[in-house]
Amino acid sequence: MGKENIIEVENLTKMFGDFTAVNAISFKVKKGEIFGFLGANGAGKTTAMKMLIGIAKPTSGNAQIANFDVYKNPDDIKKNIGYMSQKFALYDDLTVKENITFFGGIYGLSRTQINKKTIELTEELNLQEVINQLVGSLPLGWKQKISFSVALLHNPKIIFLDEPTSGVDPITRRQFWEMIYKAANNGTTIFVTTHYMDEAEYCDRVSIMVNGKIEALDTPKKLKELFKVDTMNDVFLKLARE
Amino acid sequence: MSISVKNISKSFKKVHAVNDVSFEVKEGELFGLIGPDGAGKTTIFRILTTLLFADKGTVTVAGFDVVKDYKDIRNHVGYMPGRFSLYQDLTVEENLAFFATIFGTTIEENYELIKDIYIQIEPFKKRRAGKLSGGMKQKLALSCALIHKPKVLFLDEPTTGVDPVSRKEFWEMLKRLQQKGITILVSTPYMDEASMCDRIALIQDGKILEINTPQEIVKKFPKAIYNISANNMYKLIEILKEYEHNYSVYPFGEFVHYTDKRDDFNPNELLQFLEEQQLQNIQINKTQATIEDTFMELAK
Repeated sequence: MGKENIIEVENLTKMFGDFTAVNAISFKVKKGEIFGFLGANGAGKTTAMKMLIGIAKPTSGNAQIANFDVYKNPDDIKKNIGYMSQKFALYDDLTVKENITFFGGIYGLSRTQINKKTIELTEELNLQEVINQLVGSLPLGWKQKISFSVALLHNPKIIFLDEPTSGVDPITRRQFWEMIYKAANNGTTIFVTTHYMDEAEYCDRVSIMVNGKIEALDTPKKLKELFKVDTMNDVFLKLARE
Repeated sequence: MSISVKNISKSFKKVHAVNDVSFEVKEGELFGLIGPDGAGKTTIFRILTTLLFADKGTVTVAGFDVVKDYKDIRNHVGYMPGRFSLYQDLTVEENLAFFATIFGTTIEENYELIKDIYIQIEPFKKRRAGKLSGGMKQKLALSCALIHKPKVLFLDEPTTGVDPVSRKEFWEMLKRLQQKGITILVSTPYMDEASMCDRIALIQDGKILEINTPQEIVKKFPKAIYNISANNMYKLIEILKEYEHNYSVYPFGEFVHYTDKRDDFNPNELLQFLEEQQLQNIQINKTQATIEDTFMELAK
């Protein structure tokens, strides 16, 4: 348990004309790991993530996601992962229940499975009072928690989270991370980007991208030792300021 | 007082976006509104910048009433909204010239004030604003908000979604502007930025929870806080949450922040309990409360 690599990336590169957005990055992520993917704005995180989830073709290099190749099997990748972006949460003008049904359907779940999942989620997230409300009327924190659960509906092997907690209140932000811990504990691999450096500390390992390259990759503890600082925030400042 | 807000409320249909909010900002002060999305920060900014009427309450900015003297206020304040709202099709230089002209001034006249910031984007002055990176857009927006030498500067979440390095640089810029005598009201959802302000108001669900200096706010935290770590973070949180004496359990970076219900709490007792639960490498150390601890306590 825990030894198997679920993400393997080797010299992955993406160019836009003359500009190298992602420059030969290599790393491996183990099953059940919480992997923090950090970097300054414009460092290339989003471009890298798009290649990993099978929606952008690399210029060169290799990547295996859940044992599927990013060139040959991008559609299989999509079926085996969950993705939650910072902007797109859920359909605002559908109710919570309708959103669950809709996304369950998209992921190919049967009616019975969807009903079962709806009941499970309602209990787990205490959704009893809001299940028939329009998602648009809910506070951001709620939306993010529901959207995380929806991204997990089809029991994906990996879930990609792009700044899931931006602007969320501190209590909900922590509840969100407890959900992440729980999913990881159940064997789901977590790949997450964030600008909150305290959240970087919650990760098993973190990588830090600077100008398209991964300049550091290790456990938060070892990175702090390496850069002789007390917090991940200082690690980040040291690296990104060169 | 540079800004004086008295008992303002604003509702949108059934939602009380701002609920009986009062605060004052002194001349030359850097004042922070700290709170998550949906706290009412933007609504307050819109009322203070004369873009929205409050249902109740009164506001003066730079000595002018937001309702009666709205035209005067518009001439004396700079406003940088949360969403980038410059002309995407105009170049950097054209945007700046446009705002200068609107306010009856020129770039040259007030160049000294924006020089520090504008110099960083000047190499791209022929580029269209829509083609700039996030950090550059932010610098242009700030330059445009300053070009008429406002007395008061309103910045609505200027650092949201911005990485820690650029955030730090932005706050350094604000500090320098403050030294030039400009009063600044800034909002942010990042609690760690609170310490950069002279005074802050913590806000949630349209209500102000507390107003004070960042130092005084953390001093008021009512409990002893402990940093706890162990070999398995997930288990540690689960176990602490089930511990009958826990008052609060919050993950905080590499530690869990723990407070106990009892006044005579003995950390060794908890250590023993955690050891019995098969956790290893357990550490329990007393620590200082942060703004975020205080916020969560007040928001409970």
